[in-house]
Amino acid sequence: MECRRRILIRRRSHLGGNWEMADKSRGAGTTGPTHRSVEIGVAVMMIIFSLIVIGGSLQVGISWAFDGPRAGFFPFYIAVMILVASNINLYQAISAGPQVRLFAEWGQLGQVLRVVIPSAVYVALVSWLGMYVASGLLIGVFMKWIGRYGWGLVLPIAIGVPIVTFIVFEKWFLVPLPKGPIEELLGY
Amino acid sequence: MEEIANLFQGFATVVQPFNIMVMVVGIVLGVIIGVLPGLGGANGVAILLPLTFSMSPTSAIIMLSCIYWGALFGGAITSILFNIPGEPWSVATTFDGHPMAQQGRAGEALTAAFTSSFVGALFAVAMITLVAPLVAAFALRFGPAEKFGVYFLAFCSFVGMSKEPPFKTLAAMMIGFALASVGLDQMTGQLRLTFGFTPLLTGFNFLIAVIGLFGIGEILLTMEEGLHFKGRSAVINPRVVFQTWAELPRYWMTSLRSCVIGCWMGVTPAGATPASFMSYGIAKRISKKGQNFGNGEIEGVVAPETAAHAAGTSALLPMLALGVPGSPTAAVLLGGLLIWGLQPGPTLFVDNKEFIWGLIASMYLGNIVGLIIVLTCVPLLAAILRIPFPIIAPIILVLCAIGAYSVNNSTFDVMLMMVFGVLGYVLKKCNYPLAPLVLAIVLGDKAEESFRQSLLASQGSLSIFWSNWLVGTIMALGLIALFWSLIQEAWTRVVRATATA
Repeated sequence: MECRRRILIRRRSHLGGNWEMADKSRGAGTTGPTHRSVEIGVAVMMIIFSLIVIGGSLQVGISWAFDGPRAGFFPFYIAVMILVASNINLYQAISAGPQVRLFAEWGQLGQVLRVVIPSAVYVALVSWLGMYVASGLLIGVFMKWIGRYGWGLVLPIAIGVPIVTFIVFEKWFLVPLPKGPIEELLGY
Repeated sequence: MEEIANLFQGFATVVQPFNIMVMVVGIVLGVIIGVLPGLGGANGVAILLPLTFSMSPTSAIIMLSCIYWGALFGGAITSILFNIPGEPWSVATTFDGHPMAQQGRAGEALTAAFTSSFVGALFAVAMITLVAPLVAAFALRFGPAEKFGVYFLAFCSFVGMSKEPPFKTLAAMMIGFALASVGLDQMTGQLRLTFGFTPLLTGFNFLIAVIGLFGIGEILLTMEEGLHFKGRSAVINPRVVFQTWAELPRYWMTSLRSCVIGCWMGVTPAGATPASFMSYGIAKRISKKGQNFGNGEIEGVVAPETAAHAAGTSALLPMLALGVPGSPTAAVLLGGLLIWGLQPGPTLFVDNKEFIWGLIASMYLGNIVGLIIVLTCVPLLAAILRIPFPIIAPIILVLCAIGAYSVNNSTFDVMLMMVFGVLGYVLKKCNYPLAPLVLAIVLGDKAEESFRQSLLASQGSLSIFWSNWLVGTIMALGLIALFWSLIQEAWTRVVRATATA
């Protein structure tokens, strides 16, 4: 067991290869949310989630009917377990005391948001523009905004990938994907 | 000897040209998935699952399981050449694999890794061939209480044996169960937890969760870390392959030990990742060259790769024989069985002989085909990894969205996938394990059904779970697994106390 623990520590340092580099660049001025505050936030969210499930279970009944346990019986106890476990997690996160360890730097979170925001817009656009046009837009925006590639590379990939997916999914595997006004114009 | 005849019949099914083609396509896709960041075995299989809806179940499972073998092989390439584990179970492979690549012995390391993977998988398949029918025959006697006992055991081992804090594991798992219970209650036909929101009527599909949690979440993590791939190049020529093969038999003991560790850890839901670490650790302690581990010792590649592949393969044993998947990928395959209209579990061995033996035969052939493909295609696969992240990331996002959409032809699912993605990122960073969450979504309905059926039989008394020796043993094993770390701690304390006394 001891040996395994040592390897796990070692593994962490190995995985940390990229982190160490990040740490060095992490000067005095870099800040971000602490790990503790995020842990507390997650635990609180889970507690809220469990209360919603408990409420929903109570609505449909958690007791026994003549034909056995009601529909809310199982989820109710599941939610109680989430509630208990999350409270313990919350307690542990709070009692860990203030610490300097960051969840991530603001800059890193910014990087994450640069993926999350276009993706969120993308999934919203899929139901409106269809899968193909939205996908082309996502690839184009992503390559232009994050990768800063020239149009000579962006356009062929942004147009080519949706066409290839169309051939593979729609034609070969007969999986229909959502289509929007532009596909309608083309007669699909 | 009926099994042998069945197995040969299975081979006859597999060698049909269409199935061979499907196998090769599956392996190639799988290796690519294993190499790409953000795509792993579980979500790779989940994304491609809708493609198989129009195939026969046997061809479909051959394709999907081959994607899994391919992903297992592919993880080694990124570990050795790029020092980036493509999959968590190849982390241990980087310890000695990457130093070897730095010394210019990449070809040797890759050959050793692929060959050991192959050996580990073959050992596990042989075990499945021999053991699965026996387990299934035994499990046919299980009633609802025993079935629940098996689920109980599986989930307890998650809490007791995972390296994450137990209450985080418990919370993650129970959230999975809660999500699984949303929608129509199968026993009473009543709607629950939908709060009048129409898209929730059908409940949460676990495929969406897998694609979001593992796929999108992984991309977000990669983005945050700002990875830059700086890899070593590798050429594998036949001379290196044969030289390495000539050297490998020396490590038969390490190999055999790793096979056994892998099979054991794979059957219990501990999984491939701890198996590879444990195998590496033990090899390091026992080997004569243990001091040199970490500096490019070939034995340090053999041990984790063999164990990881053996574990990954044997994770299918409980899935096939008991209907309890041993890993997230096995869970996705189990979901596939349900979609194709097959009932996973012991009855498969009685009702769907052709399917089950076709699958087992394809495991043998698939691993041979896989070994040949990866040995010949390494430069090509390494080139895929050099595609810059800003190009590959949106393409992976698009593939995830297509996969999520085609599960139920619903654009709501695509949005849900995105929510799961952000959730996966935050949970993973906060050290909540995702595998039990996914497994709970998959098994939630079945666990609840067997639990309520047992309680119905006993008029609501929990004593039914201790009513006979069989279910009692399973439940007791579950409790032991649950409190495993406490038991271990107490044991070491007792030993230490007697040593000092």
